[in-house]
Amino acid sequence: MAAIDHFLAMGGYARFVWPAFATAVIVMGGLLAESLSTYRKRQRDLRAAEKQRR
Amino acid sequence: MFRLANPNRFMNWSGKLLPWCAAATAILLGLGTWLALFVAPPDYQQGEAVRIMYVHVPAAWMASFVYAVMAISSAVALIWRHPLADIAARQSAPLGAGFTLVCLVSGSLWGKPMWGTFWVWDARLTSVLVLFFLYLGYIALVNAFDEPTRGNRAGAILALVGAVNLPIIKFSVDWWNTLHQPASVFRLGGPTIAASMLWPLLIMALGFTLFFVTLLLLRMRSALMAAKLRALRIQQSQSLAA
Amino acid sequence: MSKFSLLVARDLRLALRQGGDAAMVIGFFVLTVILFPFGVGPEPQLLQRIAPGIIWVTALLAALLSLERLFQADYEDGSLEALVLLPLPLEAQVLAKCLAHWLVTGLPLTLVAPLLGLLLHLDLAGYPALVLGMALGTPILSLLGAIGAALSLGARRGGVLLSLMVLPLYIPVLIFGVAAVEAESAGLAARPHLLLLAALLLAALALVPFAAAGALRQAVE
Repeated sequence: MAAIDHFLAMGGYARFVWPAFATAVIVMGGLLAESLSTYRKRQRDLRAAEKQRR
Repeated sequence: MFRLANPNRFMNWSGKLLPWCAAATAILLGLGTWLALFVAPPDYQQGEAVRIMYVHVPAAWMASFVYAVMAISSAVALIWRHPLADIAARQSAPLGAGFTLVCLVSGSLWGKPMWGTFWVWDARLTSVLVLFFLYLGYIALVNAFDEPTRGNRAGAILALVGAVNLPIIKFSVDWWNTLHQPASVFRLGGPTIAASMLWPLLIMALGFTLFFVTLLLLRMRSALMAAKLRALRIQQSQSLAA
Repeated sequence: MSKFSLLVARDLRLALRQGGDAAMVIGFFVLTVILFPFGVGPEPQLLQRIAPGIIWVTALLAALLSLERLFQADYEDGSLEALVLLPLPLEAQVLAKCLAHWLVTGLPLTLVAPLLGLLLHLDLAGYPALVLGMALGTPILSLLGAIGAALSLGARRGGVLLSLMVLPLYIPVLIFGVAAVEAESAGLAARPHLLLLAALLLAALALVPFAAAGALRQAVE
């Protein structure tokens, strides 16, 4: 328990270190999510349009 | 090289490559994060705050790297009129802007314990801020036209103009900084970096790079599918009219 | 060469016909500078400290004002397509347009700047560097702005887009222009900064016509 607390506290710099990592996760995760959802949408739309063509 | 770049062939080989890139990205980012948070030693001066470096520095490298990719793709698009080059440039831009944002925020958070304020007009952060606006200008421009190709070509020119200007801007910001800053410059990360810190940094940087490549391939595939959709819909409306 | 001067003359006539344009740009310049004492207080020492920055930043913004219309009229009435096909190279036409724009915008700004220096208690030693710097810098603003104007033809929200694209590119001009004035006010040499501005001007003269002409060509495609 103490070890985890020590780790989370980051030597007193916790309120700088964790938001920095969090920003990276949020921005990069957001880009990943947006790219994936666009990709899946295009796949669905393309399949539907190709089916319609036949 | 151009055979590889044919749109259908691209869909083919990118589809095969994508899962590998995604896996490599996950492994490298996971390993890098673990090394950065658990294995890398704290700095004797900055303590645990130095761990921000493992996010800030790779993001900074990626911000510049992605702009270079954009500029080169734009040059290829303008000189050889290659359709994939247009798409590569356009899809890279949001990724580059994202890295730039991460760099700015993490740099700001790193600066607060080190310099005492959330923003410092030091040469590197200021240059990255200008780079952020170059990305925003590009994204605004390519999205400002109804017709996609017009936006792509305009964007290509702007990307090249920006690339030529970037060294000039960087130089002038450094110049400005030496005029206004006291002589002692606090070098983030120290003058030479210990091996125990270098490896996590490089692995994170590699992870970020592969993250970019994976997302770029994904976004380019989406863009090609969108183009195919547009063509199909035009065909359909034409056959309906006939 | 005579075709070039014919073009410049034509663009000048068109610009002067909307003579209000130059007057409006000067008006904006003076009015915005006057806002600063209201904003930061009229204390002479403070104003003197920030005068070079205020004058230069405001000049940048004033130069942006008339850029949107640089190619707009020709684009809208279709004469741009004809201009692209003229025997005179498009690059030369771009230079002609920039020159006309500068004569109507940058040059008046340069001439009015000392007056504004008076209002802001600018150190008398800094005046030559201010005028010389603006004489070198404002053409660069016209040139770089031409690229933005050409790129944003036919775009939605062209005016704001233009500013967003062009202002980052203006930063080096701003930095060296202000540095020149501050150096001379402090008794140091303004020459290095002015030489850098001259170098930027030469580079812009050489490179901008190609970028802007390329942008114009794909605007009419």
